[in-house]
Amino acid sequence: MRSQDRLRRLKRPEWMVVAIGLALFAATTAIAQVVQQMVPQLEGPTPQMETGAAATLPKWVVDDKRKMRAYPDQPPIIPHSIEGYQLSVNTNRCLSCHKREFTQDSGAPMISVTHYMTRDGQMIADVSPRRYFCTACHVPQADVRPLVDNGFKDMSELGVKPAGSE
Amino acid sequence: MTTELTRRDILKAHAAGIAAATAGIALPAAAQPVPGGISALEIKWSKAPCRFCGTGCGVMVGVKEGQVVATHGDMQAEVNRGLNCIKGYFLSKIMYGTDRLKTPMLRKLNGAYSKDGEFEPVSWDEAFDVMAEQCKKVLKEKGPTAVGMFGSGQWTIFEGYAATKLMRAGFRSNNLDPNARHCMASAAYAFMRTFGMDEPMGCYDDFEHADAFVLWGSNMAEMHPILWTRLADRRLGQPHVKVAVLSTFTHRSMDLADIPMVFKPGTDLAILNYIANYIIEKGKVNEDFVQKHTTFMRGVTDIGYGLRPDNPVEVKAANSSDPGKMEPMDFEAFKAFVSEYTLKKTAELTGVDPAFLEELAELYADPQRKVMSLWTMGFNQHVRGVWANQMVYNIHLLTGKISEPGNSPFSLTGQPSACGTAREVGTFAHRLPADMTVTNPEHRKHAEEIWRIPHGIIPEKPGYHAVEQDRMLKDGKLSFYWVQVNNNIQAAPNTSNETWQGYRNPENFIVVSDAYPTITAMSADLILPAAMWVEKEGAYGNAERRTHVWHQLVQAPGEARSDLWQLVEFSKRFITDEVWPAEILAANPEFKGKSLHDVLFQNGEVNRFPLSEVSGDYANNEAQAFGFYLQKGLFEEYATFGRGHGHDLAPYDRYHEERGLRWPVVDGKETRWRYREGYDPYVKAGEGVKFYGRPDGKAIILAVPYEPPAESPDDEFDLWLVTGRVLEHWHSGSMTMRVPELYRAFPGARCFMNADDARKRGINQGAEVRILSRRGEIRSRIDTRGRNRMPPGVIFVPWFDASQLINKVTLDATDPISKQTDFKKCAVKIVSVA
Repeated sequence: MRSQDRLRRLKRPEWMVVAIGLALFAATTAIAQVVQQMVPQLEGPTPQMETGAAATLPKWVVDDKRKMRAYPDQPPIIPHSIEGYQLSVNTNRCLSCHKREFTQDSGAPMISVTHYMTRDGQMIADVSPRRYFCTACHVPQADVRPLVDNGFKDMSELGVKPAGSE
Repeated sequence: MTTELTRRDILKAHAAGIAAATAGIALPAAAQPVPGGISALEIKWSKAPCRFCGTGCGVMVGVKEGQVVATHGDMQAEVNRGLNCIKGYFLSKIMYGTDRLKTPMLRKLNGAYSKDGEFEPVSWDEAFDVMAEQCKKVLKEKGPTAVGMFGSGQWTIFEGYAATKLMRAGFRSNNLDPNARHCMASAAYAFMRTFGMDEPMGCYDDFEHADAFVLWGSNMAEMHPILWTRLADRRLGQPHVKVAVLSTFTHRSMDLADIPMVFKPGTDLAILNYIANYIIEKGKVNEDFVQKHTTFMRGVTDIGYGLRPDNPVEVKAANSSDPGKMEPMDFEAFKAFVSEYTLKKTAELTGVDPAFLEELAELYADPQRKVMSLWTMGFNQHVRGVWANQMVYNIHLLTGKISEPGNSPFSLTGQPSACGTAREVGTFAHRLPADMTVTNPEHRKHAEEIWRIPHGIIPEKPGYHAVEQDRMLKDGKLSFYWVQVNNNIQAAPNTSNETWQGYRNPENFIVVSDAYPTITAMSADLILPAAMWVEKEGAYGNAERRTHVWHQLVQAPGEARSDLWQLVEFSKRFITDEVWPAEILAANPEFKGKSLHDVLFQNGEVNRFPLSEVSGDYANNEAQAFGFYLQKGLFEEYATFGRGHGHDLAPYDRYHEERGLRWPVVDGKETRWRYREGYDPYVKAGEGVKFYGRPDGKAIILAVPYEPPAESPDDEFDLWLVTGRVLEHWHSGSMTMRVPELYRAFPGARCFMNADDARKRGINQGAEVRILSRRGEIRSRIDTRGRNRMPPGVIFVPWFDASQLINKVTLDATDPISKQTDFKKCAVKIVSVA
């Protein structure tokens, strides 16, 4: 995973980026050159129709640490358990901490300003009903490693020198 | 609650600590100059439709230095107005799984192709050489009916159109079918049988107008989350609005339901007839509408289950040979027919509370209430799926609640271009563009004229449908097979006994084009690396008839090429003399010796638009490769099928400027509600309502009964198995499982089960079990507390996980009319792995 230490990330020497790029390239080339049955969850078991053991149900990340977003528009993930949370017409457990009025006591991040806008972009006095079902966009994370790496690049690594970094 | 508050208090203190630490390094960014100027920070934003479901959300895609670096919901897109679901928000990562396929791969032994060989990278030239050689061998030995293709509701419109030309007009084979056969064939057949024209009369604007929503076998909260936001907006924002949700188990959509109904699998048919009966008994039939705009028909019954024809179940069924037959009847006969579906009988059969049934029926019966009915796989993946679709039209037609804002029977789709490509282009085994069919000689002639090919080229016999293709592959009757943009080894029913056997049958040569090494790709003989989504110019058509076009925004990795390039480039390897009958060529000598590329894609239509018309702001690899604006040429030729016939599309270039347009687009204006005067330009002044797809302008109300599923639980296999999706993964997971955040959100399939059912079997939460049917088995983990709350006797297993191939367990029964698989009903048992 990418380091979340902002200062270190800003000062990361160029050669590291190049090295990571090269390593990624080498790794992907190797995979592309010889497709191997490595990840049954993606490519199926070996032999293909064999019945394999099922992985245990995951444990959720519940450390309550806010995770950096991959890009500003990304909905933040949920760093705590939501097991048993009720999210129905009558009650919304998420809002009982994340709604503006409750954040001072709960310490939870306030849901963003966009969530108070109607379909027509008008601000209203409470969370817009279209944003009511939080889990359509916000999900907790299991404590597991990705099946394959993802080569997505952070925009801040692409020719951007952030303001105030010099 | 007390402990929770305490925990939160601690967190609060912790959060404050972090905030203080962060404050120390916070920089007043606004006061600083931007090094390199603001241009260094710029992101190029362009519109595209989402790559996932049939909702068709608009997405803004941000590109920097040739990479997609961000995506967000398009504020200007009518469909979603700035929202995306969790999958849509992570579109920016779907192309960057590091195991992307970057070069063609061929199974080889000692340097030559071998079915038993190992995959080795090859050049495109070698790949196409071997592929053409294999194709020609099969054509010579077994004829065109042994050549086939399995395409996709995720194909762009151009790709589906190029494929239908290459298969039907090039290789003279109708063995072209899309994976959409598994997905909405029942809906498409029901539209044709009821209205004579495919696709919904209404549109998503109905969400803001309806007073009641009824979900028939659809878990929109997970599968169409953005449409769910529109529905929730209406329900929570307007107190009089009611929501009814019908399903075989309790799921997230039930969280919003005023009328939640869990019925026994397959008995929705009885509920539909009960509602029709209720409407008639209570005198709530809209008699004027029924008289002017409908006609009554009786369908044949005992129509079988689409299993192999020699299956005893099929042999026994009286009407399995002609399951679609309908005969005229009148209102009185229809009334008598549905009268047996009384409240008492329906409640007993379905297991639903009678009060809920009445409340539901009253939503439809009340003339003051505008009702939107919504359905997807619960209806479509149903051995009586066409019936179910038609029976919901019955209710809307009896009450006249159709073709106007808020009154809308609405068939949702699961793939981004199920409508645009599979249905409108006509990539089904029996279809041509614009609702035409290969069995109609006039339609074939018309297509041949538009395509500028000799008469007699397009074969008249419908090809093999999806499930039949797998059977024919296994039986060696279909031997050259090209699969694009789908993962059918994982998706097809009874896969280990049928589909997979067919792929590995030594008589067959299987080509799979994909972006990633899926289990289907790994089961092939040749893998072609595909460019995906915004790596190519594209066009999709969503569930509300909206056609949406996007530009190529980035380059595909390595040697990956779009499916469109693959189709058009491959056509260069064949000359007409190799594939067309000698007598047709003798009568049309100007076609002799021409390549299929010449006759299909250089026909004076497709190559009409020069490179200079391609936008200077975007790449277009296909246009560059072939020397003309290929996508525009294909689109404009295709559009001639529908213009003036109720399927009008706008000029191609306009779609680059719009967030999609809903067809028919007449005089530059899109159509929101079809068949009604004032909304639909095809309905003349004074006609009011006209179902002009049918010769008499009247829609059909169909009398059909409840019939049981193909396989029901018994003493040995004592549970119903329902398969489906989860919010975080799309279809087989080949894209979403490679996005770390989505993978972690739902890292593997599991078996949702009723807690009492589990306890009785001595199975605990999280325990490993074997799920067995008469076809095969998988191992999974039990979840009795998850998001799906199962009634006794029913389990649910999602199919996105290739390590838990639940389709080894499912039954390859289909609706006999639509040939769509029923993935929602078969009998299994569960055994603990001790």
